[in-house]
Amino acid sequence: MDTALATDRLAGERIKMNVRNLNFFYGKFQALKNINLQIPEKKVTAFIGPSGCGKSTLLRVFNRMFELYPEQRAEGEVSVDGADILTTKEDVALVRAKIGMVFQKPTPFPMSIYDNIAFGVKLFERLSKSAMDDRVEWALRKAALWNEVKDKLSQSGTSLSGGQQQRLCIARGIAVRPEIILFDEPCSALDPISTAKIEELIDELKGDYTVAIVTHNMQQAARVSDYTAYMYLGDLVEFGETDQIFIKPKRKETEDYITGRFG
Amino acid sequence: MGTGDHSMRKYDEELEAMRSRVLQMGGLVESQVRTALDAFETANLELAQQAIDADKRVNELELGLDQMVNHVIARRQPTAGDLRMIMGIAKATTDIERIGDEACKIARAAKWLREKDGQTRVNRVPDIRYSGEAAVSMLRRALDAFARLDAQAAAAIIKDDQGVDDHFRAILRQLITFMMEDPRTISASLDTVWAAKAIERIGDHAKNIGEHVIFISHGVDARHLTPDEVERAVAQG
Repeated sequence: MDTALATDRLAGERIKMNVRNLNFFYGKFQALKNINLQIPEKKVTAFIGPSGCGKSTLLRVFNRMFELYPEQRAEGEVSVDGADILTTKEDVALVRAKIGMVFQKPTPFPMSIYDNIAFGVKLFERLSKSAMDDRVEWALRKAALWNEVKDKLSQSGTSLSGGQQQRLCIARGIAVRPEIILFDEPCSALDPISTAKIEELIDELKGDYTVAIVTHNMQQAARVSDYTAYMYLGDLVEFGETDQIFIKPKRKETEDYITGRFG
Repeated sequence: MGTGDHSMRKYDEELEAMRSRVLQMGGLVESQVRTALDAFETANLELAQQAIDADKRVNELELGLDQMVNHVIARRQPTAGDLRMIMGIAKATTDIERIGDEACKIARAAKWLREKDGQTRVNRVPDIRYSGEAAVSMLRRALDAFARLDAQAAAAIIKDDQGVDDHFRAILRQLITFMMEDPRTISASLDTVWAAKAIERIGDHAKNIGEHVIFISHGVDARHLTPDEVERAVAQG
């Protein structure tokens, strides 16, 4: 899809992230093919598509997670507020502080609930004890977890339920005050009630952050997102407002996938 | 766009069953309207009663279709073309059921007229027959367009509704003349007005079905567009 088309559909939105001519390779295998896409600020953009379509890969490029593996490489441009994060000389840890990520399985650190939050903050900021207390409370409140854990902050993060652990990870991501939060299948290991809480939280987070979410659950994309991108075999097939994608998609491939005709 | 090819075959079957049920209900209502119009023209009490009795079956079909719509929404979370199809089915069902109600009104007017001896002259206002035929033709073509999801045919039906509306106004003028000439015809003329109004409403409901077809096939909400705007939207694809 060309950039001009994508821009048309985003009339009136401020663009937070601009992806241009992005190609991505796992060794010789090309996992993303010339992706052009703009992610609007303070909106939720969902990525859907069958397994292997490249949606998680794309998310991992967005905060340079792929650089942990030497045989993986990205070509093209991913800019945040106009600055290309792929070629920046900025430390990758700073990029990831600005662009946080929440994974499929909750990954609390084996330390107290309090330290789970404070750990990341200490890497970037020197805060007094009381300022750190405030930050931890703020992040836990933002992640809708404060009321459940305020009396047991010194307990281990791993003692929480799955849904609480996931919200702890979200709080940990928020604590370093990112601008963009990436969610990679954040609810696939959670029960429906925890899922509903996370979805509610995503809806609240978009007031302050730009959110991108990869999900296998199409109904989840329909519920939480403002914009939806459908990907297939490394191509971005269609991108548009979520209502448009789910009521009148422009491409037959999108229609076939979301109506369950994908064989 | 068809209903077939879902990975889950049961879903295909459900959608197909709903579509055929709509067409079955439409066919039933079409013949109900024809019977009511015949009853009106010939002042035949038996035909009028037939048309009124047919409504029970139409109502049953409506309830059944609503249940199927609820089931598919709850169980399948339809999207895109499927979602538009289900919305279209739900709305078309309501319009078809209303057409059945209008047929009953025509049949009841026929009965009242029959009961008023010697005043059957107004039954033969020729425009009632033309108007009735035009409305039945719109209904039949709307059901055809629904069966084939033919948006162009649907757009033509929307245009034709103007004709039925014009017929109604002409009938009204004729009846007013009757009533002024001979006040003894007032009661019978009013019964005829109700029948003419019911025919005009049948045209409106057929037009609505045409609009649902355009929404299903093109995703365009044609309800508040002019006939020309609808034609343009359909031509654009």
